Amino acid sequence: MDALRYAWFPGCVSRGACRELYKSTRAVAERLGIELVEMKEGACTGAGVLSERNPELAQALNARTFAMAEQWDLPILTICSTCQGVMSGIKHILDTDATAREQANQAIAADGYTYRGTSRVTHLMWIIVEEYGLERLREQVVRPLAGLRVGPFYGCYILRPREVLAFDEHPGRGTYLEQIIEVLGADPVDYYGKSKCCGFPILTMNKANSLTMAGTHLAEAQDKGADCMVTPCPLCHLNLDAQQPDAAKYVNRSLDLPILHLPQLIGLALGMEPGELGLGQHVVKTNAVVSKVFAAAA
Amino acid sequence: MAIEARLRVRRYDPESGGEPYYQEYETSVPEWGTVLDALIQIREEQDGTLTLRCSCRSAICGSCAMKVNGESALACKTKLVDIAPDGETVTVEPMGNQPVVRDLVVDMQPFWDKVQAVQPYLQPAGPPESGREYLAPNDAMQHLSGVMNCIMCGACVSECTVLEVDDKFLGPAALAKAYRFAADPRDDKTQERLVDLFDMDGGMWDCTHCFECVQVCPKGVEPMERIVKLREMAMDAGLQDHNGVRHSKAFSDSVEHSGWLDESQLAVKSFKLTSVKDQLGNMPVALRMLMAGKMPNPIHRPISSVREVRRVFDETERQHQQQVNESTSQKEA
Repeated sequence: MDALRYAWFPGCVSRGACRELYKSTRAVAERLGIELVEMKEGACTGAGVLSERNPELAQALNARTFAMAEQWDLPILTICSTCQGVMSGIKHILDTDATAREQANQAIAADGYTYRGTSRVTHLMWIIVEEYGLERLREQVVRPLAGLRVGPFYGCYILRPREVLAFDEHPGRGTYLEQIIEVLGADPVDYYGKSKCCGFPILTMNKANSLTMAGTHLAEAQDKGADCMVTPCPLCHLNLDAQQPDAAKYVNRSLDLPILHLPQLIGLALGMEPGELGLGQHVVKTNAVVSKVFAAAA
Repeated sequence: MAIEARLRVRRYDPESGGEPYYQEYETSVPEWGTVLDALIQIREEQDGTLTLRCSCRSAICGSCAMKVNGESALACKTKLVDIAPDGETVTVEPMGNQPVVRDLVVDMQPFWDKVQAVQPYLQPAGPPESGREYLAPNDAMQHLSGVMNCIMCGACVSECTVLEVDDKFLGPAALAKAYRFAADPRDDKTQERLVDLFDMDGGMWDCTHCFECVQVCPKGVEPMERIVKLREMAMDAGLQDHNGVRHSKAFSDSVEHSGWLDESQLAVKSFKLTSVKDQLGNMPVALRMLMAGKMPNPIHRPISSVREVRRVFDETERQHQQQVNESTSQKEA
């Protein structure tokens, strides 16, 4: 099998408030033999915020990032549902709207970049299933997460709009988290909120709505017996983990649900140590999850 | 060739005092049959009490929106062969976020009230110059053709994640309608419309960008994208006093300055610096993050090619301003 090699776009949050995501991604990729060439010069995607301020700006910034990956001749690997969704959305515009593409190329031309459309944007969750392979992952599992009940939480931008996210080509993309959870030996918990919005984008505009949304999904997963949630999106992580004590107030109940980043859950099953995966860098402590996993393996 | 349809329908009659329950039906429809065809056939041949709303059967009237396998859709536009090719059971439920009158029929009064609230009609400056009609160049109207396709079916409202927690939110249908008139070159109330939607609780800043409405709209209206445009128009029009704008500005400044997001600065500058309540409100989460080792590094280093990023800002700000000027002059003409 060909070596898997990607232009890794870590995104702002994995280098800021969720450095445990950066750390665990690096560690797990290395263990799986996935080569990540970090895009240190890629600018922020704009996270949908810059698009509504100035669409041409967001398009040009991302065209520049795509052009860099095209120069390397590597697909872009994201580890954030939001980076991935914004990039896919903008790539769709650049690929279908000649005027937008021309404008973006005009804005990046002075520094020698041209967006040609040969690049591809993907996400860690997608490549694990589509390119690395679930069977291959299963073979790497040395510490099955037996008995661990995991609530998947996708994040909007990795699910919608399906037309922009190649769901016609990959119709299973709506169930990859469950599939990965099962391969790692854990049990996926099914609940209504798993495909819903975490509320993060309106945290500064309407905190009550934002944290009621987060609190509702957390409460539902907890009541369905989840030991933890797993998410491929660090922005969801911020609202579900760092804001969890406040979210509990908005839904008037106690909440205590650890939120794992996708590579952290995978890393645990690969036999890696909690410290290597940054499992100590969470607001909601992950000790109970780690103990359960270690007890099952003992 | 016929298709065996198995429908699991949510039944509810509030007047009877009973609880909602699911009832299963089986019927056979032609291979082009839709969920609506199956429901009508069941009502006519098996169970006259099954209540649903429908009219044109051609995805034009917007009457038959309901949840099909958990996602809102027009029943008349959803072919059984596409969703249940092997006779799988299809779950049919009334739309969400709206009170159920009976079975698959919801009360759309709140929907209409919100659409009415945005004054969904053209408000030109005065009588048309020609004396007969308001003329607008074709290319000034083209961008509105998608949003004008709205058939008021309510599917977007049914899926809206914000309405699930806050029924004061105007919602995707009404805000898309508001955009349709605010962005119409013939309308003379654009500024007033923007100010209203900017300031009000439940207005343009309460949308959470979840794409649910974009996904389910059967007519390609893309309501969320229209809300995004309303925010852009409001900022272009110079409206400033809202955390939404402060957040947007702080975000943009950070990326322009360093190429990537400085989350610590963003958390502070997204609120009024003089608002003690907002600034103190940030403290507990900041402290929690500090204790957990999650506080971003206070020294936020720019990427080494930040000059390139700044050049992109300069170039596209110029492009954007040019477009704003063009659309303003179109309006004045």
